[in-house]
Amino acid sequence: MELNVLWFILITVLFTGFFFLEGFDYGVGMLMPFLGKNDIERRMIINTIGPVWDGNEVWMITAGGALFAAFPSVYATLFSGFYLALFIMLVGLIVRGVSFEFRSKDDHPMWRSTWDWMIFIGSMLPALLWGVAVTNLLQGVPINAKMHYIGTFFDLLSPYTVLGGVAFLTLFIFHGALFLSLKIEKGPLVERARNAALRFGVLAAVSCIALVVMTYSHTDLFKSAGAGIALWGAIAAFVISYLFTVRRRFGWAFVMSGLTVALTTIAFFWGLFPRFIVSSLNPEWSLTIYNASSTPYTLKIMTFAALTLVPVVLAYQIWTYWTFRKRVTARDLEY
Amino acid sequence: MDEILLARLQFGVTSVYHFLFIPLTLGLSVLIAIMETIYVRTGNEMYKNMAKFWGKLFLVNFSMGVVTGIVQEFHFGMNWSEYSRFMGDIFGAPLALEALTAFFLESTFLGLWIFGWEKLSKKMHAATIWIVALAGNLSAFWILVANSFMQMPTGYVLQNGRAEMVDFVALLTNPYVAVQFPHTVAAGLVTGGVFVMAISAYHLLKNSSSSLFKTSFKIGVTCALISAFVVGGTGHMQAQFLAKAQPMKLASVEALWKTADPAPFSIYAAIDEKNGVNTTEVQVPGALSMMVYNKFAGEIKGIHDLQAEYSQKYGPGDYIPPVTTLFWSFRIMAGAGGWLIAIAALGALLAYTGILERQRRLVLYAALFTLPVPYIANSFGWIVAEMGRQPWIVFGLLKVEQAVSPTVPASSIMISLIGFTVIYAVLIVAAVYLMHKFAIESPVDTDVSSQDRPVKEATLWN
Repeated sequence: MELNVLWFILITVLFTGFFFLEGFDYGVGMLMPFLGKNDIERRMIINTIGPVWDGNEVWMITAGGALFAAFPSVYATLFSGFYLALFIMLVGLIVRGVSFEFRSKDDHPMWRSTWDWMIFIGSMLPALLWGVAVTNLLQGVPINAKMHYIGTFFDLLSPYTVLGGVAFLTLFIFHGALFLSLKIEKGPLVERARNAALRFGVLAAVSCIALVVMTYSHTDLFKSAGAGIALWGAIAAFVISYLFTVRRRFGWAFVMSGLTVALTTIAFFWGLFPRFIVSSLNPEWSLTIYNASSTPYTLKIMTFAALTLVPVVLAYQIWTYWTFRKRVTARDLEY
Repeated sequence: MDEILLARLQFGVTSVYHFLFIPLTLGLSVLIAIMETIYVRTGNEMYKNMAKFWGKLFLVNFSMGVVTGIVQEFHFGMNWSEYSRFMGDIFGAPLALEALTAFFLESTFLGLWIFGWEKLSKKMHAATIWIVALAGNLSAFWILVANSFMQMPTGYVLQNGRAEMVDFVALLTNPYVAVQFPHTVAAGLVTGGVFVMAISAYHLLKNSSSSLFKTSFKIGVTCALISAFVVGGTGHMQAQFLAKAQPMKLASVEALWKTADPAPFSIYAAIDEKNGVNTTEVQVPGALSMMVYNKFAGEIKGIHDLQAEYSQKYGPGDYIPPVTTLFWSFRIMAGAGGWLIAIAALGALLAYTGILERQRRLVLYAALFTLPVPYIANSFGWIVAEMGRQPWIVFGLLKVEQAVSPTVPASSIMISLIGFTVIYAVLIVAAVYLMHKFAIESPVDTDVSSQDRPVKEATLWN
């Protein structure tokens, strides 16, 4: 296989891993202040992702690094073009990251509630903005012949892309609620998580179906049969997940919500292929896996590194989940 | 203000801020790993409490390093898109490898360490913190590989309007890495050692019999002293290397305007950058030649000659970095380094011999107030390294003004600069508040060994 194609697939894998893992982290973060009725419950909720959220976030860091290494012009155009959106996302990621560490280290109620809301905001902003970003890549943004983004921040916000943000947001909340119902001590909290999943599931269903419709009318995703099938597969997985949630089969429900996230990501990247960022000014000016890539030499080295290292990373991350496989109880709040 | 200045300011602010936390992460992780290993080997609970006490402080610091690190990664694309395009083929690889080989390990195993005290075997648990420590220092290696290319490009060709990698091994074996990496790792260990030494000194001033802090103090000074010598030694090697690799940086750091043989070392200089002279100088004759060539002779090129040389080689332009800033930054860094060696040596004398027993409180106070010193040295060290590269972003290949994002307006950079600065300011208050709180807290202090058998060091302290 051509290395440029392989790297498009690897980037897709990294983003899929990132959205699958951080998807439930963001969801848990957003639900925490609402589902946790007291400090103990909030700490339990945070501790369901406590040992793993940082490792999950590295999937995003790696996706960014891999983009830089394999497709430097995509990295350059995307990050400078989506400047203020990324700034807002960074603000979210900064406050979220420290809040997990800071919130339980002082017992003043004001202190804790401040950081709890920071976790909420810091989980919401990236969830929303990644949805906006991904839909923009496919819908097309004003990129000129020199690969420069020549729009403004507000050009990134259109009905379709805002819908993309809302769809990601609600899907992640649904995904996170199911993760919680699997990972937290059985009892009222699990019930509350399930209710949240059922309620936000409806919102996610509405926004995802609207997204599919608008994707059909606003983009060329469905011209690619594979992308279309993946997107319909995502909808099917979502419906199955919802039905499992109704029947309290949380394990299967979570697998299916994860599949929904994964298939959605795959569908969007498949729809983009072989482009990375569509130019709305001229299709010729789109950034592709050919005009934006590194040299074959660099791609070869990175291929060797990625194909040996990613399986190792997966192995020890899975082992981590295995180590913390038990449900979090009120007795597990040492940290 | 223009885009370039704002973008540089933002990069400077974020980098210095990021590097306030990184050295402690690098150094303290190693010390905690050592403490926990002693616990596993001896079964002495005191070392477990010790690892947990320093671990709390480590974690607050670590999280600050992580979140500012994300900004670092995004920055290149946001503010320096043309740099990213020009350098991506070379610069992206070490960054991606840093994430793949180091960040994944560091973050995953730190999660295991934090939450795994009851879930993992003792040995396995100690292994997790060793992995965190090694991964952290491995990440320093990768980012320094990337930075070293910017200081001294190797293993590339200029093609298709960008720098393209032709030899990955040359990137890794860049001689610049060989002097910069040990210098940075050792600086991290000094920071970790001084941190442990200073906070232990605080506790020993309050309660002189705490065996946890006596032992911590000893571990801290030992690490600080040995590493400070390594920092000095590798710093010296760096200066010798600069004479060949980046003579302009060396000349600017020394405010040496005219080529000299033998070259003097200026202790003080009143620098007139506009006219390219020093109005007043206090010099040690031949000392700079001595530092560079190990003898009191040898030519060191001056700024004016280098400027003429570079103008001929790279075309007309101003190739002189900010001399005054470099001159004083270097002296602050080196002075701080000297202070660190002195205080660590006094601390070691106190901890290992009976010599300073009578001046005990004085030494402990000195150790306590040395806490900010490694931070000063680290920050000014990077200022020397990065500002000394000006006006280049990649030495000899790309200037800073060519690297900035062409379509990002100044207003956007201004918004993010103000936004980040405000957040950094608020967060450092919160982080310092927490660290102060945990630093002065009394840990569980049960020394099993002291109850069972006489402690060896008992005579030194009582």
